[in-house]
Amino acid sequence: MNSFKLWIAIATLVLASSSGDVLLSAAMKRIGDLDELRVRKGLLAVVARVTREKLFLFGLLSLIFSFFCLLTALSWGDASLVAPASASLTFICSALLAKFVLHENVDHRRWISAALVCVGVLLLVK
Amino acid sequence: MPWASPPSSRLCCGDGSSDDVANSIFSALAAGTDHCVKLKKVLIYLAIACCNGTGDVMLKRGMDDLGPIHLNHWAHIFSAFVDPWVIFGIACLAGFFYAYLTALSWADLTFVLPATAFGYVVTACLSRFFLHEAISPWRWAGVILITCGVGLVARGPSLTVREEPRGQTPEFAQQPELEEQHELV
Repeated sequence: MNSFKLWIAIATLVLASSSGDVLLSAAMKRIGDLDELRVRKGLLAVVARVTREKLFLFGLLSLIFSFFCLLTALSWGDASLVAPASASLTFICSALLAKFVLHENVDHRRWISAALVCVGVLLLVK
Repeated sequence: MPWASPPSSRLCCGDGSSDDVANSIFSALAAGTDHCVKLKKVLIYLAIACCNGTGDVMLKRGMDDLGPIHLNHWAHIFSAFVDPWVIFGIACLAGFFYAYLTALSWADLTFVLPATAFGYVVTACLSRFFLHEAISPWRWAGVILITCGVGLVARGPSLTVREEPRGQTPEFAQQPELEEQHELV
């Protein structure tokens, strides 16, 4: 039962984190190169520009929720299991969302990578 | 790539000269610039990897102090924010977040995400030697496999190139100086 609860927390964390990643990526692409902006207008302008972006704020909310899920999962399981398992599953979920939502060019190299990550996660829980 | 040259190179090459000497100077500057950009990229990747793994382990250390959180006492989770380990973990994750956002502004999500995979090694090592958790050979194999898998991605192109309508380009990228950079690169 404890293991089931732990994996529910990890699944929730993965969904929230992936959604947050996709929203942040979309927001950053709309804003452009942060370093260029920082060089031109300073760090405060970067903060102001980023926090004005609605997609960023939605992404941040999603990541905050996933953070609370992470804290809960960490209190229920080992960090060496929770951190890699959640992050790698997030990687796969985010790759799918990047392909179908952001329309990124997820080539065979990236899919093979996702498969290797899946096997790695299976090994993590042994 | 649009971000391949910092402003300094644009200033040096802004006179529009087309003779061989000027082209040679530009090529040398561009080569130096590429090294700077690569170094910056590596540093951003290192920041993403180290801060993420360290932050996770520090959070775990803090949550160990706090004890298990029960769903019927979920508000207990807020007391974690006064724990020094959790605060340090949050600081590490804040550094990670800045580096992550910067990288996302340059490259695809599926290119940036693998950088976090190097954090698995950091997490596993710190969990073993700092938290004294037992890590089986299977888990080590999993960590290595995941790292290999995500390392594959880093060797591919960083950004999906697509035609964008003029109105959707970043607001500061529409300035004439930056357009010149795109042409030069």
